[in-house]
Amino acid sequence: MMDFLMNFPFITIVLSLFSAVVAFAFKGSRARFVTYFLLLAGAVMSCFVLAYNLSSETGYFVYRMGHYDAPIGNEISAGLLEPFFVLIFEVVMLLSVLGGKRRIFSDIPEEKQKLFYVMINLCHAALAALCYTNDIFTAYVFVEICTIASCSLLMASDKGKSLIAATRYMIFSLIGSGFLLIGIILIYSITGHLLFTNLYEAITLLWRDGSYNFPLTVAIGLIVSGLCVKSGLFPFHFWMPDTYGTATPAASAILSGVISKGYIFLLFKIIFRVIGFDVFLATGVQNILFVFGILGMVVGSVSAIRTKNIKFMIAFSSAAQIGYIYMGLGLGTRTALVASLFQIISHSLTKSMLFISAGGLCDAAGGKQDFASLRSCAHKNKVAGAVFLAGALSMVGVPIFAGFIPKLLFAASAFEGGAKMFFVLIALAVSTMLNVMYFMRTALTVYYPLGAENGAQAKTRACASFAVCTIVFIALNIAVGLNSQPISSLLEKGIELFMNVR
Amino acid sequence: MMKNKFSEKFSAWLSGEVDLTEKIAEEKRTEAPSRISKKEEAEETKIIRSLEKKEIKLSFKEYKVLSVVFCVILIGILTATVYFLPTFASSDVPAVNEVYEHYVAQGRDETGAVNTVAGMILDYRAFDTLGESFVLFTATCAVLILMDDKHKKPKKEMHETVNYSRDPIVKSMAAILIPLILVFGAYILVNGHLSPGGGFSGGAILGAGFILYAMVYGDEQALKVLSERKIKVVTICSLSFYCLAKSYSFFTGNEFNGVHSVISAGTPGDILSGGLIMPLNIAVGLVVCCTMYSFYMLFKRGRMN
Amino acid sequence: MNLLENYEELVAMILFVIGFTMLVFSKNLLKKIIGLNIMDTGVYLFLASMGYIKDALTPIVPAEGEVNPMDYINPIPSGLVLTGIVVSVSVSALTLALCVRLYKKYHTLDLDEMYMHMKKEEE
Repeated sequence: MMDFLMNFPFITIVLSLFSAVVAFAFKGSRARFVTYFLLLAGAVMSCFVLAYNLSSETGYFVYRMGHYDAPIGNEISAGLLEPFFVLIFEVVMLLSVLGGKRRIFSDIPEEKQKLFYVMINLCHAALAALCYTNDIFTAYVFVEICTIASCSLLMASDKGKSLIAATRYMIFSLIGSGFLLIGIILIYSITGHLLFTNLYEAITLLWRDGSYNFPLTVAIGLIVSGLCVKSGLFPFHFWMPDTYGTATPAASAILSGVISKGYIFLLFKIIFRVIGFDVFLATGVQNILFVFGILGMVVGSVSAIRTKNIKFMIAFSSAAQIGYIYMGLGLGTRTALVASLFQIISHSLTKSMLFISAGGLCDAAGGKQDFASLRSCAHKNKVAGAVFLAGALSMVGVPIFAGFIPKLLFAASAFEGGAKMFFVLIALAVSTMLNVMYFMRTALTVYYPLGAENGAQAKTRACASFAVCTIVFIALNIAVGLNSQPISSLLEKGIELFMNVR
Repeated sequence: MMKNKFSEKFSAWLSGEVDLTEKIAEEKRTEAPSRISKKEEAEETKIIRSLEKKEIKLSFKEYKVLSVVFCVILIGILTATVYFLPTFASSDVPAVNEVYEHYVAQGRDETGAVNTVAGMILDYRAFDTLGESFVLFTATCAVLILMDDKHKKPKKEMHETVNYSRDPIVKSMAAILIPLILVFGAYILVNGHLSPGGGFSGGAILGAGFILYAMVYGDEQALKVLSERKIKVVTICSLSFYCLAKSYSFFTGNEFNGVHSVISAGTPGDILSGGLIMPLNIAVGLVVCCTMYSFYMLFKRGRMN
Repeated sequence: MNLLENYEELVAMILFVIGFTMLVFSKNLLKKIIGLNIMDTGVYLFLASMGYIKDALTPIVPAEGEVNPMDYINPIPSGLVLTGIVVSVSVSALTLALCVRLYKKYHTLDLDEMYMHMKKEEE
C-alpha cells in the first residue's frame, strides 16, 4: 500500500498538466480555484513522497514512465531533495498567487486572467518535471514549457513596458535554451545515452579514458552557461530589473522566487547525477562560476543601491543572492553545497515575500514604485510594511530569520575552501554591508514619520488574503530560520544521495 | 563643510529623496533658477537627442566589433569540438549502442509499430512527446494572451490586399486541392505507425489545408466550418485524452501497482496495430492542426470569431 | 577525428553560431527571430547528422521476419528532432506575436527605439 506513494511524483506532473487544460476550458477567472487546489494537492503529495523517502531504507526510488527500464524507456526519480524542493516551490507559488490576488485582478485584463492561471498551472507542472526528471531531453522540453509560460506570466499585464521586458526576457531565455540544447546533443553524440544514470556511467568512463575530454568540457560548459543565463547569473542579469519590476507582484514573486530557482535546481541535478561532481570539479568550470558568483554578489548590490525604484532594487538584490548560490557551487565543499541549497530555500521564501509586500506598499503609495512616492507609505498599509521589514531583516541575515543560516554556512565553508577563503569572506562582508545599506534605506523611507502634508491620507486596508499569506510567509521564514539543523541535515543527506546512490 | 554636506546627502538618500548617482544633476537643478525659456529648453532637448543618437551610433559600432569577435570565438570553440567528435556517418560511434539496437530490433514486436521513430516517440519515450504537445498548448495560450483583442472595440475591417475568392483560377484549383490536402493529411495521421509521418506532420498538413480554405473562401466562411468553439473543444478533448491514455500506460508500467496494461501491440503492419500509437497520433495531429489554424486566424484577424 | 569527414557537423555548428550572433546582436526584432530560427536549424541539422549511418535505410522495418539493426539508421535523433521542431515552432509563434504587438504599439522594430519611446511615455 505504501508503494502507491511512489506514483505521486508522476501524478503531480500529469495532474497539473491536465489541470491546465481544465482551467482553459473554464469560463472567466474561476480557473483560479483549480490552480489553488492543484498547488495545495501538489504540496500534500510532495510531503508524502518526502515522508516515504525518509522512512525507506535507500531514500531514493526510480519510477518508470512507460513499460521499459532505464536505457530504453523514460523515467523519473525522487530522492530527498526533489520532493523537498518541489514542496517549497509549490508553497511559495500558492502563497504568491493568493497574496497577489488583488493585484492580479487590477493589473491583468479580465479576459486574460483565466490564461494567467493556466500559465501558473503549466509552470507548476514544468517545475515539478524539472525537479523529478531523470532524462536530459525531457528536462529540455520542460525547460521550454517553463520559459514560454513564465514569459506569458510577464506579458499578461498588457502594458508596453511589460511587453518590452517580456521580449528581453524571452531573448535571454532563448540564448540559454540554445546553449542547453546544443550541450545536450554534444553529450548525446559522445555517449549515446539520454537517461541520467547511463549518462553518468558513460561520462565517468569517458573522462577516465580521456578520448573525448575536449567535447565533454565544451558540452558541460554550454549546459552550465545555458542554465546560468536562464537563472540570471551576474553578466546575464540585465533582464532581471525590467522583468521583475514591470510584472504584477505575483508574477515577479513566482519568476524570481521559483522559476529561476527551478533552473538552478536542474543545474544541481545535472551536475551531480549526469556529469558527476568529480568530473565537474576536474573540468574547472566551478572556478568560473565562483568568480562570476562573487562579482554578481557585489555588482548586484551596488546596482541595488543606485536604483530609485523599489522593485528594481529587489530585483538587483535577487541578482546578488543568486551570486551567493553560484559561489557555493564554485567553492565545491560539502558545507558550501549545503549552504547553496539552503540559500535557494531561504531566498525563494524571502524574495517572494518581499515582492508581494512591495506590491502592497506600492498600492499604498498610489501605484508608484519610486522611493520619493513611497515615503511613509508603511503607515498606510501596516501589514505590508511589517512584512517588508521582516523580509529585509531576513535578506540582511539577522538571526532567527531564514536568511541568516546560509550566510553562516557560507562563512563556515570558507575555511574549507583553501585559497578561495579570503575572497569568500571579503565578498560576504562587502555584500552584507551593501545589503544593510539599501534595505535600511528602504525601511527608513517607508517608515518615514507621517508629516502634516501626507498625514491626512486615508489608510488603505490590506485585503484578507494578502494579510494571511504574508503572515504565513513570515511564519515559514522564521520556522526555517529556527529549525535550520534538521533542514541542513536533510540537505546534506540529499546531497549524499545525489552523489552516491544511482 | 564637506563632511556636513555628505551627511546631509546621505540622510536625504536614506529617506528616499535623492539618488547618490544623481547628486550632481540634483544640485544643478536646484541651483539653476527656473527662468529658462521654452526656446532654450527645446534647444537643450535637441542637443540631448543628437547626443543620444551619437551615443547609439557609437554603441552600434562597438556592438558590431563585439559581435564579430564573439562569433569568431564561438566558431573556433565549436569547430574544435567538431574536430574531436566521432566520425560522421560511421557505424562505429558511441550513439550506435544497445539502445539503438533495441529500438530497431525489438521495437516492432514490443510496440507493434513498423515505423521505429513513431514507436520510439510515442511508446518508449512518450513522456517527451507529452511535454511536446503541451509546449504547443502553452504557445497557443501565450499567443491568445497577446493577440486576442475580441474584447476590445472592433476596429474597422482591414482591407484585404488580394481577394482570392474572385480569382477563378485560384478558386477552382483550391476546390480540387483542399480535399486532396485534407485527405492526405488524414492519411499521414492514421498511417503514422506504418509509414513516415505521424502526428505532427499530419496535423501540419491538415492545418495547411484549413488555412488555404480560409485564404481562398474568406475568414468568415472558414470560421463557420471551424469555429472558435469547435477548436477549443477539439484541443481540450485531444489533450485530455492524451493525458489520460499516457497516465494509464505510465501507471501500468510499474509492477508495484499490480495493474497490467490491457492494450496489446497487435499484428505489426496492420492498420489497427501499435496499441495506443494510432489514437495518440490522431490526438497530437488534431492539436497541431488546431494550433496552426488558430495561429493563422489570430495573426490575421486578431481574434478567433 | 577529422574536420573534413565531419563536414556536416561543421556546417551545422557554423549555422548555429550565425543564428546565435543574429539573435544576440541584431537590433531588429524580426531579424532576431530569423536568427533564432537559423540557430534552431543548425541544432537540428547537427542532431540529424548524428543519427545518420552510411548506406543504411530509414528506420521503417518490414512487418515480418528478423530485423538486423545495422541496416537502419539511428531512430533516436530523428525523434528528438521532431520534438525540437515543435518547440521551435511554438517559440517562434510566441516571439512573432510579441513582435506584432510591439510594432502596433511603438511603430518600430528596433528594441532601443522602443525603449526610448517607453521612457518618453513615462515622463
